[in-house]
Amino acid sequence: MEEMILSKSKGFYDTYFRKDSNQFTTHYCPGCGHGKIHKLIAEALVDLGIQDRTVMISPVGCSVFAYYYFDCGNIQVAHGRAPAAGTGVTRALDDSLVISYQGDGDLAAIGTAEIIHAANRGEKMTVIFVNNAIYGMTGGQMAPTSLEGQVTLTTPYGRNPLTEGYPIRMSEIISTLTAPVYVERVAVHNYKNIMKTRQAIRKALQVQKDGLGFSFIEIISPCPTSLRLAPTDCESWVEEKMIPYYPLKVFKDEISTRTPHFPEHKTFTDIYEVIGIDDIKEDTGSFNLKEDQKIRISGFGGQGVLSSGLMLAGIGMKQNKFTSWLPSYGPEMRGGTANCHVNICSSKVGSPVIDSPNVLIAMNIASLDEFEDIVVPGGTIFVNSSLIDRKVRRDDVNTVYIPATQIAESMGLLAATNIVMIASYLKHLSINKQMLINEVKSSLKKKNLLDKNIEIINKVYSSN
Amino acid sequence: MRKTLIKGNEAVVKSAILAGCRYYFGYPITPASEIAHTAAKYFPLVGGTFLQAESEISAINMVYGASACGVRVMTASSGPGISLKQEGVSYIAGAELPCLIVDVMRAGPGLGNIWAEQGDYNQVVKGGGHGNYRVPVLAPASAQDMCDYTALGFDIADRYRTPVYLFTDAYIGQMIEPVVFPEVDVVNKSQDKKYDWQIRATRETRSNCITSIVMSPEGMEELNLRLQEKYKKISENETRYETYRCEDADYLIVAYGICSRLARTCIDRLQERGIKIGLVRPITLWPFPSQALKDLVSNNNICHTLVFELSNGQMIDDVRLSVESRCKVSLINRMGGVVPKESWIIQSILSKISKE
Ligand SMILES: Cc1ncc(C[n+]2csc(CCOP(=O)(O)OP(=O)(O)O)c2C)c(N)n1
Repeated sequence: MEEMILSKSKGFYDTYFRKDSNQFTTHYCPGCGHGKIHKLIAEALVDLGIQDRTVMISPVGCSVFAYYYFDCGNIQVAHGRAPAAGTGVTRALDDSLVISYQGDGDLAAIGTAEIIHAANRGEKMTVIFVNNAIYGMTGGQMAPTSLEGQVTLTTPYGRNPLTEGYPIRMSEIISTLTAPVYVERVAVHNYKNIMKTRQAIRKALQVQKDGLGFSFIEIISPCPTSLRLAPTDCESWVEEKMIPYYPLKVFKDEISTRTPHFPEHKTFTDIYEVIGIDDIKEDTGSFNLKEDQKIRISGFGGQGVLSSGLMLAGIGMKQNKFTSWLPSYGPEMRGGTANCHVNICSSKVGSPVIDSPNVLIAMNIASLDEFEDIVVPGGTIFVNSSLIDRKVRRDDVNTVYIPATQIAESMGLLAATNIVMIASYLKHLSINKQMLINEVKSSLKKKNLLDKNIEIINKVYSSN
Repeated sequence: MRKTLIKGNEAVVKSAILAGCRYYFGYPITPASEIAHTAAKYFPLVGGTFLQAESEISAINMVYGASACGVRVMTASSGPGISLKQEGVSYIAGAELPCLIVDVMRAGPGLGNIWAEQGDYNQVVKGGGHGNYRVPVLAPASAQDMCDYTALGFDIADRYRTPVYLFTDAYIGQMIEPVVFPEVDVVNKSQDKKYDWQIRATRETRSNCITSIVMSPEGMEELNLRLQEKYKKISENETRYETYRCEDADYLIVAYGICSRLARTCIDRLQERGIKIGLVRPITLWPFPSQALKDLVSNNNICHTLVFELSNGQMIDDVRLSVESRCKVSLINRMGGVVPKESWIIQSILSKISKE
C-alpha cells in the first residue's frame, strides 16, 4: 500500500511561534470555517509561487491572529480598516500581493466605507470575506449579515428587519461597481463547496498576480460556537438557512476582458526643477531701508493687490531682507476689499499681521476709508487719485497722490495700475527701478506684456 | 541657493518630497486642503502617489499600511479630521510605525469654523487616541519652519519609529515668506531606506510582522515599557524651544505658532516702554520644554508667566506643570477664530502685570 504523507502546507509556519501557548494548533474552534479557509489560502500561496510577495492583512475579529499562521508578510490592522491599510501596502509595493481577510462585522458594518471604496478604486488586492452571520470574536452579537429572526446576544428576540434591517448582501453590492474584476460567493460547509472555494481563492490570487485588479470572494462559513450549534448541525444550518438567502454564484468575472495594469512611476533628473524651486543668487546690500516697511496694500478684487504685495516681498527677499506676505484672511475678508500685509524688515519678522502699518497703498476709495486711521503717525499713504476723489484727512502722515489708473490707461494697459502704484512707492524710497523690473520679469505670467510694464515703470521713475 | 517665496502649506509638500516622502493619503478639509492640492500636483511628478481617501479614517489607515512597508508617508487634516484619525494614530504608535501627520488647526468644537485656533492642543499633544502613547509634536512659526520641521519630522519619525505631528494653523500655512530649501541628492530616497522590520514583499522580509496586539498582560506591559523608554529618549534628545529677549526679563510670554509671532511684535513694543518681557516659544509641544522653562523662571526670578494661546487654555497646563508654582501663571486667550490685534494683546498683558 502506498504511504500517504499528511503534512501542513508550507504556506503556514511549522510552529506557530507567535502564539503564547499550543504552538502546533490554531486558536479556532472545532467546526469553524476560518481554519479551512486559512488552509486553502496557504496552499494557494505555495502553489502559485507567491508566498514571498504576499502581504496578509489580519483584521479585527476571530481572524485577528491570522499572522500567527501564514508564512508571508503580515500586518494586523484596526477593525474594518483592512482595505484601507491594504491600499497603503499595494500602493507602496508594486510587487506585493495583498490579501484583505475580513469578517462580516469587520467588512459589512464598521468597515463598509473602506471596502466599497477600495473596490471602487479597483485596488490590487484579494478580499476574502468570511460571512458567518455572527460576530464570533466578541461572543455572538448580531452581524449585518445575520438572518431575519436570527437570535443573537444583541437580538435576543430574533433579528427584526423593521428595526435591525435586512441581512446585507455584500457580493451583490460589490458587483454593481465597475472596477472589480472578479466577484464570487462560495461556502466551506462541506467538501464539494470547499473544493469550489479552493478554486475561487486561486482564481482571485491569479487575477492579482496577473496585475488585473480587485477580486472579492465571499465565503459562507459556519460558526458553531457563536451560533450555539454542534458542528454538524451548523453545517446544515448554513446549507438550509444561509445559502437560500446568500446564493452561491459568480457575480462578476471580467478576467478575460481586462488587461494587466502595472503602475508607472515618473522619473526625473532635477527634482528642484520638477517641484519649481530655482537656484537664485542673492543680491546683497543695494536695498537700503531707513526703517522696516510694514505695508498694507488694498483695493478691489482684480486690481492686482495681492500680486503687487508679492512683488514687494520678492524684491525684499532678493535683497536679503526678512519679508512676509499675508493675504487678508479670516473674518476680515468680509470687508469687500482685497488687501494684504507685507513686511520688509532688516531683522526677523514678528507678526505677519500688520495692524499698524507705516505704509498704506490705497487703490480705491473703500481702502482709504477703511485703513486711513490705522497708519502710524509719520507713515506714508499712497493714494490712487484716479479713483479716490478725496484727500487724506489726517495731517500727521505723509501723502503721495498718483493718478495710477489714468497713467496705466494712457499707456494702454489698465491692468498695470498696481505696477504704477508700487513703482511710485519704490521710487519714493529711492529704490533702484531695476529691482522692480527684474521682479516683474520673473513674476509676470503674460510675457508679451513685459515691455509694456517696463515702459510704465520707466515712465513713473522719470516723472516728478 | 534654493530660496523662494512660498506659502507655508506648499513648503510642507516640497520639503516632504525633498525628504524622500512619496506617499500622501488625505481627505479634504479647510484649511488643510491646500497641502492636499499641492501634493496632488507634485507627488505624481516625482514618481509618488497621491490618493484622496474616502475619509480621514481610511487615510490614516492607508498611511499605516504604507508605513508598514518602510516608505516615508504623510497625511494632513484639520480638527474634525484629526479627531477621526485618532484611532489610526493609536495603532500606528502601538505598531511603532513612522509617519508625518499635519494638523492645520481650525476653530471648534464640532464643525466650528475654518478660522485659526489652537484648540487641538489637548487632542494632539496629549495623545488623543486610546492607550499609553505619546506623539512628538512640532509647532512651526514661519514658512521656513514649515519646510525645516517637515524634514525634521520625518527624521524623528524614522529614528524612533513613531508618528510625528506637524502642528500648525491657517496663518502659518497661508503666509508667504522666503524659504531656503535644503540641497539634497534625491534618488527616490524613500525606496533606499532599509529597516529590519519593514514589509517589502520579498523573501528577506517575509517573516516580518506589524501588529499592536499582545495577548498576555505581561507581554503588553513589556511593549508599553518599551514605548515609555522610547518616549524618555525622545524627551532627552528632541526637546526644542526658542527664546526671544529673555536675557533680563521680569515677565515671560509662552506662545507657539502664530501666537509666538504676534507676541514677538508685542514684546518689542513693550520693551520700548521699558517693560522687561521675553518670549519662550516651544518648538516641540511634546516633549514640552519643561526644564528650560523652569530654569529660566528660577534663574531670572520671573514673577509672572503669561500664556498666550488661541484656545480655552490648553498649553497653560503644561506651563503650570513646568514652573511648579515658582511664579504666577495666567492666560491670555481668544477662541472661535478670533486673532486679536496687537493693541488688544498689549492691553491684556499690561492689565495682567500692572498689579505687580
Ligand atoms: C473599534 C472597535 N470596535 C469594536 C471592537 C470589538 N470587536 C472585536 S471583533 C468584533 C466583531 C468581529 O466580527 P466579524 O467581523 O464578523 O468576525 P468574526 O469574529 O465573526 O470572524 C468586534 C465588534 C473592536 N475591536 N474595535
